[in-house]
Amino acid sequence: MAANKKIEFGEETLALCHKLMKRYPEGKQKSALIPILHLAQAEFDGWLSPEVMEYVASILKIQAIEAFEVASFYSMFNLKPVGKCQLEICRTSSCWLMGAEDVVRHLEKRLGIKEGETTPDGMFTIKTVECLGSCGTAPMMQVGADYYENLTLEKVDQLLDTMKSSGKRKSYTDVAETRPL
Amino acid sequence: MGKKLLLEHDHVPGINTYSVYREKGGYASVEKALKTMTPESLVEEVKKSGLRGRGGAGFPTGLKWSFLAKPPGVERYLVCNADESEPGTFKDRYLMERIPHLLVEGMITSSFALGAKSSYIYIRGEYYYVAKILEKAIEEAYANGWLGKNILGTDFSHDCYVQIGAGAYICGEETALLESLEGKRGNPRIKPPFPAVAGLWGCPTVVNNVETIAAVVPIVNQGGDAYAQIGIGKSTGTKLISASGHINKPGVYELELGLPVEEFIYSDAYCGGIRGGRKLKAVVAGGSSVPILPAELILKTAKGEPRLMSYESLGDGGFITGTMLGSGGFIVMDDTTSIVKNLYTFSRFYHHESCGQCSPCREGTGWMEKILHKILDGHGTLADVDLLWDIQSKIEGKTICPLGEAAAWPVAAAIRHFRSEFEDYVKNPGNIQDVKHYYRLNNLQPA
Repeated sequence: MAANKKIEFGEETLALCHKLMKRYPEGKQKSALIPILHLAQAEFDGWLSPEVMEYVASILKIQAIEAFEVASFYSMFNLKPVGKCQLEICRTSSCWLMGAEDVVRHLEKRLGIKEGETTPDGMFTIKTVECLGSCGTAPMMQVGADYYENLTLEKVDQLLDTMKSSGKRKSYTDVAETRPL
Repeated sequence: MGKKLLLEHDHVPGINTYSVYREKGGYASVEKALKTMTPESLVEEVKKSGLRGRGGAGFPTGLKWSFLAKPPGVERYLVCNADESEPGTFKDRYLMERIPHLLVEGMITSSFALGAKSSYIYIRGEYYYVAKILEKAIEEAYANGWLGKNILGTDFSHDCYVQIGAGAYICGEETALLESLEGKRGNPRIKPPFPAVAGLWGCPTVVNNVETIAAVVPIVNQGGDAYAQIGIGKSTGTKLISASGHINKPGVYELELGLPVEEFIYSDAYCGGIRGGRKLKAVVAGGSSVPILPAELILKTAKGEPRLMSYESLGDGGFITGTMLGSGGFIVMDDTTSIVKNLYTFSRFYHHESCGQCSPCREGTGWMEKILHKILDGHGTLADVDLLWDIQSKIEGKTICPLGEAAAWPVAAAIRHFRSEFEDYVKNPGNIQDVKHYYRLNNLQPA
């Protein structure tokens, strides 16, 4: 992001914010904080800078520190820049039993980075996460809104290729219209 | 297969849409409740059904509902706990993704019983795509007159919203969930006051799990007495079990409470046996928080009776020889599994997820993770095993919320039932090399 780029939601997102705020009784608009932080993270390059948090706070008419308090508590909010595709590999019990460590090792080898790091081209970040509720389809990883399940190393390679060639950022809020059941 | 009440139509094409769901008898409970019942009689039916909270605690739902304070002129709320984060549990995700209208229907019917004009489904942030599925279902429900003003021409009006979280196990604890819904950090509140008196925005609130709210639909349709006929003893009805780990057929199964554990693990109708025909070593029967049991104790109680999938049978023997039904997160481990390493993944999980409010949990979970890491690294001592025991015993019962217990119990149970494995790691550190160690310990040949 350019240093002096103005931080402001697009018209559509701003309208959505105001719609979200109407879901709560008068005076309880702070309840919209988490949903709006999600929108902000998606719109402003995948992370929440202090300026972005200040902007979100101004929409909700709360102190910036209140936005920071919340953003720093929840694991889905990034307080530092991350790759366009954040590869989140579940590592808890069932996923570990089914080979999650092999997936992480494979990603590290293939991308030449360690867990927690981002590739020099800014495309991928490897992150290990705790149980994502996909235990019956382990091992799995989440990238943006998408769950990739029953992973094999071949499948992981294909996914990396697809993501790399598209070059697009994957956000939690980008939900595909239909997901095969 | 046993009786199905929630997942009867889960494989019907298009069941996630309003029209197919309605064709299959959907929204009948709203009609029945609004046209033929009073809120009081509906609460009575739920009491009669014997339904117990499906999130893990197993508290009688009807009783929880009857505690809801009703001061005049004060809003009341129903909040659905869809934060499903207990390792090993994925049943709510399955239900919401497949049959979103079942939850929406349950929300409307339950809200009528509680006199709630608004309700919120708090769903974990990682399930963002499921939240969109629910929002679509809610939109369809509005369009067809099941939500909004004067539903079915009655005085009852209701609005239902989906609220998204952002990744925090602790928000599955009901007061932390309410904090999060209010736009704050998910720090559990000190109780009392309980949410039934002062919950969301200080108003009386009922928080129920997804599966609990969905179960209200068949209870209203069939009547509480008919529901109570299903199941065994005080474990009435059906339960969704999330089966994972080393089994041939992982997935979500709806079963009538009282099914023998052995049948559940080995029958082709359910888990289909252990992968590769291997031997069963241990099971975590109700999500990561409940005590792990070795094969002999999960299949039979200490008295030698067959263990059943019910609150009472799984709990038989207390924590010495028993466990809990919990959330129904059923993790199966074969004879190649390192119990120490599995416990390490749990302890790392609880350390990561502790909100940090209470010292015993904040410090203790980190300490346990570090000691387990030390043992797995080959630097453990026998005193470390005793220290683990000591730490867990000093977390239990000393925290604001049950995350303390949830972190302590798996450690206690692993040491109680598999102490020799911990000692082997300590005594023969040269042998530790991931699972190879376990092939040797169990006299197995690597596959």
